[in-house]
Amino acid sequence: MIVRIEEKGAVVLIEVKEERLDAHNSGEFKGQMLNLFEEGKNDLVVDLQEVRFVDSSGLGALVSGFKNASARNGNLKLCGLQPQVKSMFELTRLHRVFEIFPGAQEALASF
Amino acid sequence: MREKIEVNIKVPNQTRYLGLIGKIGEDVARALRKYKGDREELAYHINLVLTEAMANAIRHANEGDPEKEVHITITIMGRSLNIKVYDQGQGFDICSLPSPDFKNLDEHGRGVYIIRSLMDQVTYRKVKRGGHVLEMIKTLQ
Repeated sequence: MIVRIEEKGAVVLIEVKEERLDAHNSGEFKGQMLNLFEEGKNDLVVDLQEVRFVDSSGLGALVSGFKNASARNGNLKLCGLQPQVKSMFELTRLHRVFEIFPGAQEALASF
Repeated sequence: MREKIEVNIKVPNQTRYLGLIGKIGEDVARALRKYKGDREELAYHINLVLTEAMANAIRHANEGDPEKEVHITITIMGRSLNIKVYDQGQGFDICSLPSPDFKNLDEHGRGVYIIRSLMDQVTYRKVKRGGHVLEMIKTLQ
């Protein structure tokens, strides 16, 4: 699971550098977010620009991150969703849960 | 002449093969001769239902046992798409699962809902030689 983690002031930008976020790598991704929460970093932006495919496990990992961030008075926001990936959020109605931005700059500026 | 494509694959019971099978499903969608709908959307949907069904077989039915196998068939016969995913487990009836509760933000439970949303007919049954099969059917445009 390749991610690029960068601190942008008080917010952490996580760029997922994988074509797929699925049952194979979503557990590891969840672990990487948990490490950030344990370090007290509770405001995250997940950039999915390079992700072409997300399954229910990938969505589950993002839900887990969102719940963890919220429980710590933080937030997890998304950006860079490709059209097919976005349609997955609509199908499962998760587009009503997450704040979704076109790009990382907009997402970071919203905190 | 009716187009007939049949793909028959067996892979070890490990999630590292999800991408391979999903990719094969996408390529089948792209190769169809007469499909009139959005081909890239169909490719994504086939990839998705294969991934969801295989992940269920690997984790639940085959209980993560790496010695077991998952057997997949993808059949196109004219306008009918038929996908079967065979496991070697004791059975995990995904058809009996309820739809997800959209109000409670649960981490799990969306896979079967996704399969049911995208396919016309979904059944799970015992196979004589052992194990079970999840069959998913859809009529193409």
